[in-house]
Amino acid sequence: MAETTNKPTKANESEYVIEMLNITKEFPGIKANDNITLQLKKGEIHALLGENGAGKSTLMSVLFGLYQPEAGCIKKNGEVVKINDPNDANMLNIGMVHQHFKLVECFSVLDNIILGVEPNTAGFLKKKDARKKVLDLSERYGLHVDPDAIVEDISVGMQQRTEILKMLYRDNEILIFDEPTAVLTPQEIDELMRIMRGFANEGKSILFITHKLAEIMAVADRCTVLRKGKYIGTVNIADTTPQELSRMMVGRNVNFKVDKQDMEPGEVVLEVNGITVPSKLHKGNSVQDVSFNVRRGEIVTLAGIEGNGQTQFVYALTGLDKPTAGSIKLCGKDITKMAIRDRSKMGMSHIPEDRHKHGLVLDYSLEQNMVLQKYWDPQFQSMGFIKFDAVREYSERLIEQYDVRSGQGPITMARSMSGGNQQKAIVAREIDKDPELLVAVQPTRGLDVGAIEYIHKQIVAQRDAGKAVLLVSLELDEVMNLSDRILVMYEGEIVGEFDPKVTTTEELGLYMAGAKRQER
Amino acid sequence: MKKSIISILAAVISIVAGLVLGLVVVMATGSDAAISWSCFTAMLTSGFSSMAKLAKVLYQAAPLIMTGLSVGFAFKTGLFNIGAPGQYLMGAFVALVGAIQFQLSWPICIIAAMIAGALWGALPGLAKAYFNVNEVITSIMLNWIGLFIVNISLMNMPKMLPPHWVPSPIKDRTASLKYANPDGIIPKMGMDEFFGSPYINISIIIAILFAVVIYIILNRTTFGYELKACGHNRESARYAGINAKRNIILSMCIAGALSGVGGALYYLSGEADYNILKVLQANGFNGIPVALLATSNPLGIIFSALFISYIQVGGEAMQPHFATEVIDIIVSVIIYLAAFTLLTKGLLSKVIKFNDGKDANAEPKPAEKNTGKENGK
Repeated sequence: MAETTNKPTKANESEYVIEMLNITKEFPGIKANDNITLQLKKGEIHALLGENGAGKSTLMSVLFGLYQPEAGCIKKNGEVVKINDPNDANMLNIGMVHQHFKLVECFSVLDNIILGVEPNTAGFLKKKDARKKVLDLSERYGLHVDPDAIVEDISVGMQQRTEILKMLYRDNEILIFDEPTAVLTPQEIDELMRIMRGFANEGKSILFITHKLAEIMAVADRCTVLRKGKYIGTVNIADTTPQELSRMMVGRNVNFKVDKQDMEPGEVVLEVNGITVPSKLHKGNSVQDVSFNVRRGEIVTLAGIEGNGQTQFVYALTGLDKPTAGSIKLCGKDITKMAIRDRSKMGMSHIPEDRHKHGLVLDYSLEQNMVLQKYWDPQFQSMGFIKFDAVREYSERLIEQYDVRSGQGPITMARSMSGGNQQKAIVAREIDKDPELLVAVQPTRGLDVGAIEYIHKQIVAQRDAGKAVLLVSLELDEVMNLSDRILVMYEGEIVGEFDPKVTTTEELGLYMAGAKRQER
Repeated sequence: MKKSIISILAAVISIVAGLVLGLVVVMATGSDAAISWSCFTAMLTSGFSSMAKLAKVLYQAAPLIMTGLSVGFAFKTGLFNIGAPGQYLMGAFVALVGAIQFQLSWPICIIAAMIAGALWGALPGLAKAYFNVNEVITSIMLNWIGLFIVNISLMNMPKMLPPHWVPSPIKDRTASLKYANPDGIIPKMGMDEFFGSPYINISIIIAILFAVVIYIILNRTTFGYELKACGHNRESARYAGINAKRNIILSMCIAGALSGVGGALYYLSGEADYNILKVLQANGFNGIPVALLATSNPLGIIFSALFISYIQVGGEAMQPHFATEVIDIIVSVIIYLAAFTLLTKGLLSKVIKFNDGKDANAEPKPAEKNTGKENGK
């Protein structure tokens, strides 16, 4: 396996625009970065790959001056520099598009771009020159934006282009993209890849943080892999394979393809008829006349770009919100107006989209969270007094069975657990209820490859056990891998139904973006 | 375990800081440094100086425990019950009316006070649950509404005032239970002879029992589990099928009932008459620092109430060298700083970095067999 050396030598020193050499950053009880070296060449796209908690964010925070490393140094063009805060980073022409955009929602695109470096004369804004520069940049790189549009009104893709223009406006030469594709459609992802290539060809250097291997293979020149805070290696993309990269990232072989036998679906478990949910943000409906059903032994997926009504639909389905029209039947019984607890007793399990908002009481211990949906059961209480022994025993079994790792076992505070294990705890709790219908909303959001593989297996196992599964996902890979049937949601409506065996991600992308729709 | 050490340490540090600042105020307002110092030490030691003083500390601690429990219980369930003074007052009013106007015996008066407090607490609870009105605003308003309703009522109830029972010119306070209805006085069970003070009665025992019951409800029952889940995260409680609205109302009812009992315990002693003034009783508001000082732990509240009661009784020992207003300031300064416990606790847990894995990944490090290089082969 070909690999570039990570020991800098005198000869190639000037070849790199940014070098982070032997960076070590410790937090109490954990070495977030342990002797990590990252060297970025001029004009290259350099991917930074690692699972959650591998230390990618910490490393970037060090580069941005948010943390000071305990050991190691940063060099720009071969000279040691000291970065004390983000302003220093900006002075060195380092710019970053954060995973969660840092835009002022009620400002226009132009105002956001010039924020912090406003051109002015004696304190009065001079926006005219700024507008010209923004329009020039936008034309030159094919970054289409409307400078006068208000950020909260524009699409996620345009918000991202605004963030990119922000970096260009500041003449940044080193561009960091933190998981930029998570919120984009396949078409938008292609577009972004093309733009990134353009930057690289112009001599700008790009650091591309991601855990999607396909994107790295498509666009990056080199890739540095971190695992559990340690430097694993840097490879040339031309000389490697996705399998190799994933093994470096996880430390073992990962099965990307979910093993799934063909199954003949059984009787209908969930029947949704004309569900409409009004929007909390505008006058219209966020869910409009949605109808479908889910049968035993099948995984039906609601695919779509974030914010197209999936969340509101699931709220109405699980009882967190009320629909204004339509009906929902579970196992033949109308549950449209039923209380949440009763739906749960009827056999509905819900892995919620937001594990912190809904899935867990973060200030409760792991065992208290494990019984969140069952504490009222005679198994865990008598006369209103909690049976602590039973709770402990039950949660210990789930922890063991579902491999939920935590600092102190059942008494660990949920808040102190890692995201992946929090999610595993929720999955364990919901699956152990032995439901008729499992509603899983973005069950693998923000998780690393190992945990994703595990949760996918659990979901497929539920289907194989003859349960009905409704999956809501933004990840097209997940949609294609797990589904037996795909429904695409766009602006609150179901615009198409697909068989994953015959459709393609490009096809789905067109429907997700609203460019096509089927008559159903 | 570590958490409770930090809690106790934070309480102690806050109290010491309060005492130091109190000393500064004493020194600044007193004319003679030596006298000021002796007054300050008198304040700190007075509560233990005699059995009679200790009896007074215990007597005044009982209503503080109740209002402290009221505020603390609401805190645990995610509500800020600043309506404790109003609920306390309603409890006191109903207890006194029961005892004097209707000549009822003390246990019935306490139960009536409990119901009155619960109703007064339920109002902001209902407004919060059904109309999402912030409970702080509604309960502050209800404090004043309650005060003036009570004052108007008492002035128009001649049987409640002393002239009805004994020849007396006093018309701005309620009749003493000693004359009006000795049955309405909480029994002393010989404690008055033991301590040599008329103030002491079984109210402190009743209050401690309430603290234990609240502790059990919060920590041992499914009801407490639901209430705390609502307090920590209302959305996930809803997700778990818990009726959050019902719990908000119940929680405010229980908080109100606790304050109501506090009012009854104080005024049914036979040693205190309700004074018709345009101010809310300090015992109600002092429930807030009592609860904060104990970080809302029901058992901790017993001790924080005793501390605040101790300081208040100690304040009396500073007379006549200090004006009562100045003493109030000094006592308030100490209580004020003591209420900073939460802040101190936050600072402490930052300074003392107990490694409980709050950072990044809390997973225990599994044996890393493959850490070696699988690159470069």
